[in-house]
Amino acid sequence: MSFPLSIKDWRNSSFFSPQADVKRPTFGLSDVAVGLGILALLYVVARAGAQSLVKFNPPEVIPSVDLDPRNLPNYAARSTLRMFVALGFSTLFTFVYGYAAARSRRAERVLVPLLDILQSVPVLGFLSVTVTAFIALFRGSLLGLEAASVFAIFTGQAWNMTFSFYQSLRSVPHELEEMTGLYRLSAWERFTRLELPASMIGLVWNGMMSFGGGWFFLAASEAISVLNRQYTLPGIGSYVAAAVEAKNLLALGWAIATMVILILLIDQFFWKPLVTVADRYKLELSAGEERRFWLVDLWRSAALPRYAGLLVQPAIRGADRWLSRATAVALDRPRREPSRAGDLAYNAVLILITAGLAGAAVRFVLAGVGLAETGRAALLGLATAGRVIALLIFSTVVWTPVGVAIGFSPKLARISQPLVQILASFPANFLFPFATLGFIKLGANINWGSMLLMALGAQWYLLFNVIGGAQSIPADLREMAANTGLRRSREWRALIGPGIFGSWVTGAVTASGGAWNASIVSELVSWGNTTLRANGLGAYISEATSKGDWPRIVLGVGLMSVFVVGLNRLVWRPLYDLAERKYRLG
Amino acid sequence: MILQSANTGSGDVGQNAILLNAERVAKTFPLPAGGVQTVLEEVTFQVAAGEVVALLGRSGSGKSTLLRILAGLISPSHGNVLANGMPLKGPNSGVAMVFQSFALLPWLTVQENAELGLFARGVSKEICEKEALHALSMVGLEGFEGAYPKELSGGMRQRVGFARAFVMKPEVLMMDEPFSALDVLTAENLRGEISDLWERGVFPAKSILVVTHNIEEAVLLADRIVILGANPGCIRGEVKVDIPRPRDKKGPRFVALVEYIYTVMTNPQAPVGEFPSVKPSQRFPMLPHARSGGISGLLEIIYARGGREDLPKLAESLSLEVDDLLPAVDASALLGFAEVAHGDVTITEAGKEFATAGVHRSHEIFKEQVLKSVPFLSTVLEAIRQKKDGGIGKDFLLDILDEHFSESESLRQFQTLVDWGRYAQLFEYNADEERLYPAEEERKEELADA
Repeated sequence: MSFPLSIKDWRNSSFFSPQADVKRPTFGLSDVAVGLGILALLYVVARAGAQSLVKFNPPEVIPSVDLDPRNLPNYAARSTLRMFVALGFSTLFTFVYGYAAARSRRAERVLVPLLDILQSVPVLGFLSVTVTAFIALFRGSLLGLEAASVFAIFTGQAWNMTFSFYQSLRSVPHELEEMTGLYRLSAWERFTRLELPASMIGLVWNGMMSFGGGWFFLAASEAISVLNRQYTLPGIGSYVAAAVEAKNLLALGWAIATMVILILLIDQFFWKPLVTVADRYKLELSAGEERRFWLVDLWRSAALPRYAGLLVQPAIRGADRWLSRATAVALDRPRREPSRAGDLAYNAVLILITAGLAGAAVRFVLAGVGLAETGRAALLGLATAGRVIALLIFSTVVWTPVGVAIGFSPKLARISQPLVQILASFPANFLFPFATLGFIKLGANINWGSMLLMALGAQWYLLFNVIGGAQSIPADLREMAANTGLRRSREWRALIGPGIFGSWVTGAVTASGGAWNASIVSELVSWGNTTLRANGLGAYISEATSKGDWPRIVLGVGLMSVFVVGLNRLVWRPLYDLAERKYRLG
Repeated sequence: MILQSANTGSGDVGQNAILLNAERVAKTFPLPAGGVQTVLEEVTFQVAAGEVVALLGRSGSGKSTLLRILAGLISPSHGNVLANGMPLKGPNSGVAMVFQSFALLPWLTVQENAELGLFARGVSKEICEKEALHALSMVGLEGFEGAYPKELSGGMRQRVGFARAFVMKPEVLMMDEPFSALDVLTAENLRGEISDLWERGVFPAKSILVVTHNIEEAVLLADRIVILGANPGCIRGEVKVDIPRPRDKKGPRFVALVEYIYTVMTNPQAPVGEFPSVKPSQRFPMLPHARSGGISGLLEIIYARGGREDLPKLAESLSLEVDDLLPAVDASALLGFAEVAHGDVTITEAGKEFATAGVHRSHEIFKEQVLKSVPFLSTVLEAIRQKKDGGIGKDFLLDILDEHFSESESLRQFQTLVDWGRYAQLFEYNADEERLYPAEEERKEELADA
C-alpha cells in the first residue's frame, strides 16, 4: 500500500500553517513599540498602585478629589487598575467555583442555584456591609476602601463568567473527555490541555461583557455614604460624584469624555487582542478565516516576546511537570458510584441549613422592622417592579424594530455593533446628573424619571441581543418570505417575531436584572443639595444603606432578591423553555 | 475455539497470551420508572496476543460499552475484567484507543496531539518527540507535524489518532468504529493501510480489537468476528475468518462469509457458528428504527430490481451500512412486505402492492398490515377511540414504554410509533399539546353517527 503521494506538494502549498515556518526572529521596529508599550504599562500600574498604599484614618485623614480636569488621567488609571484587579479575582473565582460545580454532582446542587440567586441579589445594597468589613480588615491604609470597591466590581463581573465556564465544562465533547481519561492525563494536564482551552472563547466573550458591566459598580462604589459617613476613593467615579455635588457641568463633561476614551482604549489594547488570540480555541474544526488584529500582528512580528519566551520556557516546563505529578490520577482508583442514601442525607442537610438561615433572617428583620413596614416595603417593591416592566415594554416597542433593521443590514450592523457595545459598557450613572438636572429644571416627577434612568443602563442589552437574533435568522427563510410575497406585518408574525424570540428573552432578562440593580441608584438621585426621591424599593435600600439601618438593609435587599428570583422562575424560565422548545432555529 | 496458552500470568509474553479477559461482564443502568435496563448481559470474552478481533453488532448491542469496559473507562455492574491476568481497576494502561470522531485537541499541533499520551506518562520531551515523529511517519503524515487539526482532512485527522495510539505501543489497540466518520474512499484507503501494517508484522500493538457495524470491514480486518445481539447486548456467537491475507473482497470465500453474516444478523434467532441460538426472552416487541418513508423507499427499490435482492449487494449499491439498512429491512419483514432468508430479501405480494400503489391506496395497505403485525398499535388505537375527543398524552405512552426500554429508547419507540400511525392514518398527533387524537375520518364518522 502506498502512502499519500503528494506530501512534498502539500508542504509547499499555502495550505500549510504559518506557525510552522520557524524563522529566526530578528529585532526590528515592532520590538521598539512592544518594549516601550510594556514599560509604559508597568509605569502606570506602579504609580496607580502606589497611591493605594497611602494612609487612611477616617475621619481625620481621608483622600479628597480635585475637580481639576488634569487629574483625570490619574484618576482614570486608578479606576482602571481596580477594574482589572477585580477581573483577576473574578477569573480565579470562576475557575474554582465553576470547576467545583461541574465536577461534583453534590456541589452542583448547591452551587448552581446559589449562583442564580447571587446574580439576582442587588449587590449595591450590601455595599455597607463590605465597606465596613474591609476597612476594619485593613486598618490605617486605604487598601480597605480599595478592597471594598474591588469587591463591589467583582460582584458585578463574576457571575456571568462563572456560568459560562460551568456550561463550557459541561459541554466538553464526550470523546475528548474519554480520551484524556484513557491516556491518564493528570488533573492539571486535563485542565490546561482540555477544559480551559475548551471554555476559552466563552470566557473571553463573557468576560468582555461582564467587564463592561463592572464600570457601573465602580462608579457606584467609589463614593458612597455608609453609616452616615462619606467615603471617597479617588477615581473617575468619585470625580463624577464630586462634580455633581459642586454642580460643575464642565467637569462632568470632561469625565464623560475620559470615560469614553478609556472604554475605547481598553477595547483596543486588551479585549480585541484577547478575542483574536482566543479564536485558536474554537471547538469546530473548520478552516475558516483567521481573525487578525493589528496589535496581535505587532506582537507576533516582534522578536522580544519570543526571546523572553525562550528564557522563561524551562521554568514553565518545570512547573508544568511538577503540577502534573502532584495532581496525577491514581492508578488503582476504583470508580465509586455515589450512593442513594448518601444523596438523601446530603439533601436533607441542605434543606435544614437553608431553612435555618431563612428563619434567622426573617426573625432578624421582623424584630427590627415589624410586619407593617415589611408590608409597606413589599408594596414599594411592587412599584419598582412596575417600573421595570414598563421599561421593558418601552424598550421592546422602541428598540426591537431598530435592532431588527440593524441586524438585517450587514452595513448598519458593522457600524452600529461597536457603538452599542460601548453604550452597554458605559456606566449609565455618569449620565444621571444630566438627567437629574433636567428633572429639577423641568419639575418632572422622579417616579417617572427614575424609569428613564434605569432604562439608560439596561435597554442596550435588549438592543444588542435583538441585533444578534435578527442576524441569526437564516437567509433562506427571509428569501422565502420575500418570494411568497409576505407583507411586512405577516412577516413579523410568521418569521421575524418567532425568530428573534430566544434572543429577545436573553436580552430582556439581562436588561431586567440591570434595571433592578440600577433602581438602587436611580430612585434616589441628587444634584448639589437637591435630592429627588421616588417611591420604590431602590430608594428604600439606598436610604437604609446611608443611614446604616441594618434590619432595613436586610429587608430591602431580601425583598428585592425575592422579587428578582421570583420573576425569574415565574416569568423568564418558562419563556426560555418556550423559546428552546418551539422557537429554536434549527 | 480460542487458542489459549498454558500460563497466563502477568509478564508472560507468549504468542498467545491472553491480554484481556472479560468474565461474565454485565452492565445495567437504572431506569427512570424503577428497575434496571440491561445494556450488556453476561459477556464472557477474551482477546489474545497476535489476533485481530472484531465486535460486530447493530446499534443497541452494547459493543461500544463493552469496548469501554475492557478499556477500563467504565466499570461493569457485574463480572470481572482481567488485563494480563490481573483484575482491572481504572483505565487500562495497556490499551490505546482510536475514536470514531478522532478526539483530537483542536488547539494542539499534530505532533503535540500525537505526543499527548506519552507526555502524560512523564516521559521526557525529547523521547516523546522522537516517538511521535516516528509514529507520524508510519501513518504517512511526515511534514505535517506543525499543522493544526483544522487544516487537515478527515482521513488525515484519523491518521493522527492512529499515530497517537501507536506512540503508546499498546498491548491491545482498540478502535471504536474508526472509519465510519470518513467518506467511503478515504475509509477504504486507511483501512487498507492499517491492514497492510498488520500483515507486514510492524504493527505497534500486540493485538487489535475493533468495534464496527460494517460487515465487510469486519471480514476484511479480523481473524475472529464476535457477533453481538441487541437488546440486551450479548454474545450471539463467533465466526472465524480463515481467509489468508491479503484478503480479496471479491474472492468467493470472502463473499460467502459476508452473506453468512448478513443472514445471521437479519435473523436474531439463528445460531452462529457452534454457539447455540439465543432464546428470545419474553420481551416487549421493539419496533425497528425505520420511518415509513424509508420502508416505502426500500420496497420500491427491491421491486425495481425484480423483487429479490442480495443484502450485501443492496448495502453496497446504496452505500448503506448495517445500521442504516437493516432496520428498514426488519420493518418490512415485520409488516409482511418482505421476507428475509439466506442473506437475501424478497418482496411479498403485499409488498408488491404497496410498492406500486398510488398515494391513497398505499396508506390503506400500510394501515391493514400494521394493524395485523403490531399489536401495540392496535392497543393504542383502542385507547384513543375510548377517550374520544380527549385524546391520550405522550407521557402516558412513554410511561408504558419506560417499563421495558431505557428513556432514550422509549422516546425513539414513541417517535416510530407516531410516524407509522400517522402514515397509516390511524390517528393524529398534536405536537404542541403532545396528545394523540383519532384520525379525521373517524371523527367524521362519529359525528355522523351521533
